[in-house]
Amino acid sequence: MTQNVGTYAIPATEEKSSANPGRRIARARRAKVLAAQLLLAVLIIGSWQLLTTWKVLDPFFYGQPSGIVKQLKDYFTQGDQATEFGSYWSQIFTTLREAVFGFVGGTVGGIVVGVGLGVSPFTAKVIGPYIKIFNAIPRIVLGSIFLVAFGLGQTPKILLSSVLVFFVVFFNAFQGVREVDRNVLNNARVLGASKLRIVKDVTLPSALTWIIASLHTAFGFAIIGAIVGEMLGAQSGLGLVITTAQNQFNPDGVFASMFVIAAITLVVEFLLTRLERRLLSWRPPSPTEAAAI
Amino acid sequence: MATQPVSGVPGARIEISGVTKRFLTPSGEVFTAIKDVDFEVEPGQFCAVVGPTGCGKSTTLSLVSGLDKPSEGEVRVAGQPVDGIAEGVSYMFQADALLPWKTVLGNVALGPSFRGVRRKDAETAARDWLRRVGLAGFEDRHPHQLSGGMRKRVGMAAALINEPRILLMDEPFGALDVQTKAIMQNELIGLWEQLRPSVLFITHDLEEAIALADRVVVMTSGPGSVKAVFDIDLPRPRGAIQDIRFQPEFLELHRQIWESLREEVERTYARTAGVAA
Repeated sequence: MTQNVGTYAIPATEEKSSANPGRRIARARRAKVLAAQLLLAVLIIGSWQLLTTWKVLDPFFYGQPSGIVKQLKDYFTQGDQATEFGSYWSQIFTTLREAVFGFVGGTVGGIVVGVGLGVSPFTAKVIGPYIKIFNAIPRIVLGSIFLVAFGLGQTPKILLSSVLVFFVVFFNAFQGVREVDRNVLNNARVLGASKLRIVKDVTLPSALTWIIASLHTAFGFAIIGAIVGEMLGAQSGLGLVITTAQNQFNPDGVFASMFVIAAITLVVEFLLTRLERRLLSWRPPSPTEAAAI
Repeated sequence: MATQPVSGVPGARIEISGVTKRFLTPSGEVFTAIKDVDFEVEPGQFCAVVGPTGCGKSTTLSLVSGLDKPSEGEVRVAGQPVDGIAEGVSYMFQADALLPWKTVLGNVALGPSFRGVRRKDAETAARDWLRRVGLAGFEDRHPHQLSGGMRKRVGMAAALINEPRILLMDEPFGALDVQTKAIMQNELIGLWEQLRPSVLFITHDLEEAIALADRVVVMTSGPGSVKAVFDIDLPRPRGAIQDIRFQPEFLELHRQIWESLREEVERTYARTAGVAA
């Protein structure tokens, strides 16, 4: 540890001082970006509001920001009366639970099958075409079959969700395993690693970069699976709330739930990024990451 | 430099007799990588293999390590035919074979850990080896935080920690700059003199081969076979690699071996350049 201290030329106390011109410039730059972002949001929402107020756009189809805000307030303040199916929170909870179960199930399945096929080229060759065929099926349609088979409960939504997630994770895990550096693999073998140790110490960590990259997309698919499942037929959930609002010609209701779903996805995305940082902390900081959105 | 010569396991004899290796290309054609390769490495000897690109040098190494099996002929290590991953063999590649998600310490500790040594003991051994390659204090870094030369040192420690009877090196210093390469060569020889494993060292660099090795094997190109074997009788310890190459004996050996190698290199060049050979 003592060696580490020596490598930092600037003592910690000086580093914090605001006299550093580099820091000031960086902060100013960030403030500028933030101001522009806020301005853009105000511009879009403002023109939406005005255009619908002036009837250039028909609020019957396009909704209205003020209406959406009011709708959201109603949803979150009216308790059990918020929707015909109970409180809005319970709808969120239903959808979230379906999505999370589907996400976890699909991810675990995808990793197990992907890594399994990845380390066994023969099985991969045999099963490969079938997976391609299954992948080519428009999987949303499976929702109808699950609904018939498992009724209006949460099971068909979880299944649909996990099927959507499975393929995203599976293809990445499979590819990740095949991208494992041959030298590293041979080196581990020569050093005396058993098959199990190779999977645990070499294959899995190496494929993890690919797997984690797929999780961002995968959670989006998990939510889609849950919502579509609910729209096909359900007793509760945000998908049902949206269909109901649609049937009542209430675009504000549709938009309101849409924003809630977007917010949930963003929160999960944030958590996944945190997880990614922790699991992949060994990676060199990539130059593009600093400039990334 | 207070390291005592490690008693360890003495180097093992490597016998490669009549070895041919053919590969099946995906289109179903048979590709002969090496044909009737025949040579020996004495116990504790440092043997370099030189030859034009694609003459099956790496294939030969993988056969000795047991990663691959010969199509014909036999490879024996310490009198035993090689069948599967051979015990007591370490491998060093040109590219890093370090696990980027493990720390330097974790990487060096892999060898013992794969062999079932307890984590604590493996780490103690790894610390000791990191000190021996001059990387004490870098245990907690990740490979990407090190320079190319430092990564090579880690690779060397990781390869030697198992105290191998045989050290296979596939152009280990090929990607380094000239100065770093010279330093690493000196360190390798220092460690080799302590442990005395039998070394099979592949290189493109004839000077490197002569300066380091007791025996230089020249291979022909496609399919690879042994063209000539030269015993290098320069006295040991040879001192700094950079100085030895100006000695008259060195220059004479260099001239002889280059004579033999040049033909092969030119033929390979003509073939790959698309000129009629």
